[in-house]
Amino acid sequence: MSATKGKSCDQQPKPEPGPQMNPYAGTLKRLQDAFYSGITRPIKFRISQLRGLSRFLKENRNLLLDTLARDLNKPSFEAEISEIVLCEEEIQLALNNLHKWVKDEPVEKNLVTQLDSAFIRKEPYGVALIIAPWNYPLNLLLVPLVGAIAAGNYVVLKPLEISKSMERVMAEVLPRYLDQNCFTMVLGGPREATLLLKNKFDYIFFTGEQPPRRGWIVMAAASQHLTPITLELGGKNPCYVDDNCDLQNVANRVAWFRFFNAGQTCVAPDYVLCSPEMREKLLPALQHAVTQFYGKDPQSSPDLARIISPKHFLRARGLLGSGRVAFGGQSDEQERYIAPTVLVDVKETDPVMQEEIFGPILPILTVSGVEEAIAFIRKREKPLALFAFSNDWKVVNKVLDQTSSGTFAGNDGFTFMTIISMPFGGVGHSGMGKYHGKFTFDTFSHGRGCVLQSPHLEFINKLRYPPYSQGRQRLLVWLLKHKLSLPCSIL
Amino acid sequence: MEQRVLRVRAAFQTGRSRPLTFRLQQLRALQRMVQECQKEILAALADDLHKSEFNAYSQEVINVLGELDHVIEKLPEWVAPEPAKKTILTLMDEAYIHSEPLGVVLIIGAWNYPFVLNIQPLVGAIAAGNAVIVKPSELSERTAMLLAKIIPQYLDKELYCVINGGIEETTELLKQRFDHILYTGSTGVGKIVMEAAAKHLTPVTLELGGKSPCYIDKDCNLDVACRRITWGKYMNCGQTCIAPDYILCEPSLQGQIVEKIKETVKEFYGEEIKQSPDYERIINLRHFKRVTNLLEGQKIAFGGETDEATRFIAPTVLTDVNPNSKVMQEEIFGPVLPIMPVKNADEAIQFINQREKPLALYVFSNNNKLIKRMIEETSSGGVTGNDVIMHFTLNSLPFGGVGNSGMGAYHGKHSFDTFSHHRSCLIKSLRMEGANKLRYPPNSQSKVDWANFFLLKRFNRGKIGIFLLAFLGILVAVTMKLQSF
Repeated sequence: MSATKGKSCDQQPKPEPGPQMNPYAGTLKRLQDAFYSGITRPIKFRISQLRGLSRFLKENRNLLLDTLARDLNKPSFEAEISEIVLCEEEIQLALNNLHKWVKDEPVEKNLVTQLDSAFIRKEPYGVALIIAPWNYPLNLLLVPLVGAIAAGNYVVLKPLEISKSMERVMAEVLPRYLDQNCFTMVLGGPREATLLLKNKFDYIFFTGEQPPRRGWIVMAAASQHLTPITLELGGKNPCYVDDNCDLQNVANRVAWFRFFNAGQTCVAPDYVLCSPEMREKLLPALQHAVTQFYGKDPQSSPDLARIISPKHFLRARGLLGSGRVAFGGQSDEQERYIAPTVLVDVKETDPVMQEEIFGPILPILTVSGVEEAIAFIRKREKPLALFAFSNDWKVVNKVLDQTSSGTFAGNDGFTFMTIISMPFGGVGHSGMGKYHGKFTFDTFSHGRGCVLQSPHLEFINKLRYPPYSQGRQRLLVWLLKHKLSLPCSIL
Repeated sequence: MEQRVLRVRAAFQTGRSRPLTFRLQQLRALQRMVQECQKEILAALADDLHKSEFNAYSQEVINVLGELDHVIEKLPEWVAPEPAKKTILTLMDEAYIHSEPLGVVLIIGAWNYPFVLNIQPLVGAIAAGNAVIVKPSELSERTAMLLAKIIPQYLDKELYCVINGGIEETTELLKQRFDHILYTGSTGVGKIVMEAAAKHLTPVTLELGGKSPCYIDKDCNLDVACRRITWGKYMNCGQTCIAPDYILCEPSLQGQIVEKIKETVKEFYGEEIKQSPDYERIINLRHFKRVTNLLEGQKIAFGGETDEATRFIAPTVLTDVNPNSKVMQEEIFGPVLPIMPVKNADEAIQFINQREKPLALYVFSNNNKLIKRMIEETSSGGVTGNDVIMHFTLNSLPFGGVGNSGMGAYHGKHSFDTFSHHRSCLIKSLRMEGANKLRYPPNSQSKVDWANFFLLKRFNRGKIGIFLLAFLGILVAVTMKLQSF
């Protein structure tokens, strides 16, 4: 592990930045030095930290639900299933499986290494930085944290300041449950995040919306220190609705996933593509779903969240000007409330189609059929999620085969987020890397390939030593032709 | 440059590179290329690096052929969708991980093993269904030109192409957008590549370098250790990213180590090393001068002869090397082996940890516990115990660095995974909407409790289980509906 005092290869030493330029240098150094003490390595320690996280959730359940309600007016059902339950599941999975995950993974050997041991050793990277956003401030902070701790790293957490109440809870309550020697929280806004990113970390895990700008910034900062990264970004997630489908079921599913958390979900369906005929049928079905879910006056429903901040509220409300409001469109600045809204007659060049909506607004664009929908999707950046609704499996599979996206759902929304045996991550502008379940542990681990040879049986090695002769080469070619060297070379 | 890359991208968009049969066909064509053009390949390597036929074959060609064999055999298994363990709620659905190509991959190869370091990643990228642009290093000129000539003769010209050129061309290339970049080379340029990739949010695999330490314990078979180290160090004239860069050992061992390495060098290369056909040369004058300068002020135990005209540097060992000297500040990449005395394994571990994480770590000891301890208390890209280089040759192991020695890994299935996007897919039926009523508002505490139950339990497929639980799900939904009346 590099100490900040060691000289790096191929470089002249840089002058140490002063405290004003880099207020986190001291903290980072303390953590890096402490990493070598090896506290985080023993499995007992990691398990104790994970149990601490579990207690944090259990003992503060109501506080957390209240906090989420305060920041986002998040209904307790949504908060339970998307934040608390999923975090508990992740912690439980790690607790039940950690002893398996940390084991050296034996690998297939070749002829020459048959008598030796060859395995992949999973090691912590060192000091990991986790930057979490505001829309699922508990889940998107804790789930990566579970993996980082399980993998044996030291962790610096940087929650986003926009979710003010949650930031406070994290700063005041969470530290009581974790060992302060190997965990630290940095609070603040974009300025603090920028200063933090100047430092060398051994891994950076960033979740944020409004790609690609923030992704660029984090990756550019990481490149200065050759820090490996995972970026969970977002994008405009298309939702194709075929003519051949069960109308009300589709409308229920699309509406629920769209308006969940007031649309502030990186994997929510962002816009719908369907035929003009389907659009005419879908509109009343969507309206019906919205009324079923939130009543005739959604503003008074306890089951609808609010926009996180005045700035985001104004941004989202500004998008209502695109196309025409089919239903919804009401807003209340004081409450940061925007009604579940469907927009029609939207053009590709309209503002609502230029950025990730991140609000309870669903534009519907019309296409002639699945081919045009696929062509439309392929012209744009690869999204984080892609949805296709049809009773015809062939149509669903066609969309899957001919497009690319981080994740894919046929005939549903983002239920895949609950299956933590599947990796979750983006591709292209929607992100890089993946996590959830064991994938988080793997993300925060360096897989170190190890071969332990025997010091004996040196005669086998004679084949590889000079001086070389024609005969040696002929033997080698013969051995290769007769496939004695699977899966690799004899040297 | 932009046009060339766009043409490759257009070829990828046709979808031609995706079907398994196409990928296998291209990989088999690559196999034929390696076999049929072998003479030319070996000749190019001889021209570029003074590599003997045997060395070129055993260091480069064999690795590529082995990789191709392995990938062709396993690819049908790798491309198959991988089913995922589901929750009760999703028991009736299809959930799987679908491996897909990323798009257009850029491979920037290095000059020291110019054939294998360009072609082995190419194998993985093709196997994963991508289109590929290969940019060989201009320093290994003959091999670069040869690849540009033979690859289009065997592979699909539009999907896979070679672009040659120097710094200017590479800089232009890096401005374009790719879907993955695999770069093999120096740490300094690695940063430049990652920075350029950041502008397009392109994921990268960086195979860099560093100073790979080699610890020799007093309890070890010193004869064997020195032979193996000599082989690995002076192979390709020390120009190997995973060569043992320097030795750490107790002072009492230094003398013996020097003697044994000297003997082995004589055994391998004869009295007149310059005459040995099995000993390579430094790639160019700049590197020759760089390595020669590292000898300044050092105690040369043996070797040290150089010849600028032929870029020859003899196998050299330095003793009592000061950790602050120049030879200990940069990756040597030459046939110079410093020995740094340390008191014991503890001091060795401390020394290693104070420096950047290396690409490889080597430990020689009869004491397995010590080897395990050294692995446990340090970090590196990979490890070989009681030998050198070998972890590179096993393609079931991920080959890659950590920290300054790189990020990401490849070889075998790890290449396939590196060049693929693993897309999680969940396919439901539009029927059975009853079960979904559990999740729709208006909400209630009992809904929360049921959600808890369904989400927290996970089941594998089991015939009775499916029916029972589906029945249970419907029962719950119906119950909730009745409750709402």
